[in-house]
Parts: sequence; structure tokens; C-alpha cells
Amino acid sequence: MRGLGIVFIAMAILAGPRAAAETAKNNYNAYCVQCHGLRGNGMGLNTDEMSVQPRDHSDAKSMSGRSDKELFKVIKEGGLAISKSVLMPAWKDVLSDDEINDLVGFLRDVCKCTHGN
Amino acid sequence: MLALAATPALAKSSGTILLQERCATCHDLKGPAAVTLSALRMRKGPDLFYAGNKYRAGWLVRWLEKPTRIRPAGMFYLDHIKPGPKRDVIDTTTLTPHLALNAGDAVSAAEALMGLKANGKLLGTKPFIPGPSPMGEMTFDKFYGCTACHEIEPEFGGLSGPEVYTAGRRLTPEFMLSFIRDPQAWNPKGLMPNKHVPEANIPKLVNFLIELAKKDWK
Ligand code: HEC
Ligand code: HEC
Ligand code: HEC
Repeated sequence: MRGLGIVFIAMAILAGPRAAAETAKNNYNAYCVQCHGLRGNGMGLNTDEMSVQPRDHSDAKSMSGRSDKELFKVIKEGGLAISKSVLMPAWKDVLSDDEINDLVGFLRDVCKCTHGN
Repeated sequence: MLALAATPALAKSSGTILLQERCATCHDLKGPAAVTLSALRMRKGPDLFYAGNKYRAGWLVRWLEKPTRIRPAGMFYLDHIKPGPKRDVIDTTTLTPHLALNAGDAVSAAEALMGLKANGKLLGTKPFIPGPSPMGEMTFDKFYGCTACHEIEPEFGGLSGPEVYTAGRRLTPEFMLSFIRDPQAWNPKGLMPNKHVPEANIPKLVNFLIELAKKDWK
């Protein structure tokens, strides 16, 4: 029985969402840079004709105006979920909740800010 | 038994051999699709294992003879951009042209590609009804923000996704319907997010793309 327990734990670790999770940096580079830019400043490849500018993630002033919960929500459910532009897509079908949480942490590094700070 | 194995029906067609020898290094011909981002990033070209359910056969032959760029920033935009004075720009020096086939090879390669029929279940059974698409551009551009990643005319629209002003020539309507409905069903870690377009509006988008492709682009 004990042996089986260990097997189960090993399987849980291998099969858990964590095992497939990408680093926040890799996810940001693949999915976000196209609009938010290599520098994270909102001046990505796609932005020439965009009617709403993607958020400058390096801007501590505007980024500190959002709680981690709000950042999580806009990444998961898209701009419309927080009454912002449809141009900001929802990523829930591509990224796991864990990966989105990691992205929130990554954005806090980019803006060098926290909520209210 | 020996005689059976040598009959043409069982032998590999010249198109299949050509795909193996000249295309498989960059294109996945067997599936399944990549389920992790790292696996996807190893892909050197778009998956072709469901080619027979994706492309219009006539377009395939023409394009393989005279390929033109479809993705303005290459397979993965991240590998082909650099910071510009104002915004990120394509580094064209990193983009290479696609190999071209002679007329005979193009026909046999296209034939073999049309035989690759994975993911048929995703296409559904309802027939597509072509029709006019009033408000099509508005729906594509303003309502759903699709222009963010796709050019709807040369030099107009986002650059990370394939140009869509030619999509109606290249792709079957059934594939477009299905892909817009659920891009991750075809490519779980692909770069196109599901925009959750209501079912009734998806044919409007596809009819818009079909109409758009009829214009005399380049
Ligand atoms: C197709 C372009 C596009 C892509 C791709 C994109 N964004 Fe955005 N994003 C936008 C736009 C446009 C806005 C501004 C919305 C507004 O102000 O109405 C935005 C805003 C945001 C905001 C700020 C929301 C707020 O008002 O506080 C965050 C955070 C964000 N994006 C994160 C991300 C992350 C993380 C990714 C990648 C997983 C990503 N975005 C991918 C276009 C994009
Ligand atoms: C060196 C790598 C490479 C080789 C070899 C290669 N391809 Fe490609 N192929 C690509 C890339 C990259 C693209 C995307 C081009 C674009 O979007 O402009 C592509 C695009 C295509 C497309 C269009 C796909 C789409 O959905 O947009 C077809 C069809 C295709 N290739 C068929 C072939 C065939 C048939 C062969 C062999 C005769 C072949 N390719 C060999 C890299 C390759
Ligand atoms: C964040 C960028 C982005 C947005 C927004 C986006 N797409 Fe895409 N789209 C892509 C990418 C990248 C591909 C290539 C997909 C792949 O290979 O998995 C694609 C592929 C497609 C294709 C197939 C084209 C081909 O040549 O293979 C169609 C059709 C399409 N998109 C339509 C739409 C529609 C309609 C919308 C809006 C509802 C939309 N896209 C929004 C990035 C995007």
C-alpha cells in the first residue's frame, strides 16, 4: 500500500498542471509581446493601427492602480471583463490559472510596483 | 503476398515520398498538435497533418509552385522582430523565402496533402451557407478586435498572425468556421486566443473573409 501511495504522489506531480506550466517570461514573450512589446511598454509589433494603445506594463503609476486580483481577471477574461477594450484578449483557453498568477508576478517585476505603490 | 505489396494502391505515392523527403523537417505530417509552448516553439512551419481539412486544393498547387509570404513576421513573430524607433518592427533580414516546387511536384505534393485528413470531427456536419456579409468588416475589426493580429489588406492590420485578406482563397469555409470557434482545438498552445464569438456571428466573419479574398490583391 505504501509503495502505491508513493506511485500516486509521483503521478500527481508528473500529471499536475505545474508539470506543463511554462515560465511567465516564456508565456509573456509568446503571447503578450505581439501587442505589449519587447520592452513591455505597449509599443508592440501589432500596434500601428490599434484604436486603443496596449497598457505600458513598465509604467508604475498606472500599474500600481490595479490590484493583483484585477490583473489576474483581465489576463484570464480579457479587457471587456473589466470594462476595457476588446483588443485585450482573454487568455483562459491557453494559460492555466497558475500560469496567469505567475504572469501577475512577472508584471509586478516589470513595473517595479505593487498595488498602491 | 509479395504481389499484393507491390500493387500501386499499397505503395507510397510519389507525393507522399516527396513530403517525407522535402517537407517533414519543418512540417508535422502526422500529429498530434503540440500541447506545450516549448514543443510548439520547436515547430519550423505550420502543422500540415490536417491539410486535407484546411486548404483549398487548387490554392495549394498554385502556392507550392509560387509561394508568397502568408505570415508577415514569419512562423513565430518573436524570432523575427526588433525594437524600432517607435514600436517593434519586423527584421526582414531574418525571413527566408519558402521553397518552390516544379509544376509536377506541386500537383503530387498537393494530392498527398489533401489526403491528410486529421481533425475531421472538429469541422461539424452543418453545411456552410455562403452569403453577403453586411457589417462584416465592422464585426471583424471593431466588435472582436481581430484586426489586432491580422492584416485585412496589405499594410493594414496586425502582423503577428497570418494575413487574412487571402484566407478565403487559401482555406475552406468549414475550417475557418471551426478555427474561429475554437482555435485551441486545432492548436492547443497556439497564439490565437479564443475570442468567444457567438455562434450566430461566426458565419458572418467567414463570409466577410470569403468576400474580402475576391478583391484583386497583388
Ligand atoms: C491583441 C493585442 C494584445 C495582446 C496579445 C495582449 N494584450 Fe494586454 N492589452 C491590450 C490592449 C489594447 C490593452 C488596453 C486596454 C484598454 O486600456 O482598454 C491591454 C491591457 C492590458 C492590461 C492592463 C489592463 C488594465 O486596464 O489595467 C494588462 C495587465 C494586460 N493587457 C496584460 C496582458 C498579458 C499578460 C498578455 C499576454 C498573456 C496580453 N496583455 C496580451 C492588447 C493586448
Ligand atoms: C525550411 C522549413 C520548411 C520546409 C523544408 C518546408 N516548409 Fe512549408 N512552410 C514553412 C514555413 C515557415 C511556412 C510559413 C510561411 C508563411 O506563413 O509565409 C510554411 C508554409 C507552408 C504552407 C502554408 C501553410 C499555412 O497554413 O499557411 C504549405 C501548404 C507548405 N508550407 C507546404 C510545404 C511543402 C509541401 C513542403 C515540401 C515540399 C514544405 N512546405 C517545406 C517552412 C518550411
Ligand atoms: C492575438 C492575435 C490574434 C487575434 C486577436 C486573432 N487572431 Fe486569428 N490567428 C492568429 C494567429 C497567430 C493565427 C495562426 C494560428 C495558428 O497557427 O495556430 C491565426 C489564425 C487565424 C485564421 C486561420 C488563418 C490561416 O491562414 O491559418 C483565421 C481564419 C483567423 N485567425 C481569424 C480570426 C478572427 C475572425 C479573429 C477575431 C475573432 C482573430 N483571428 C483574432 C492570431 C490572432
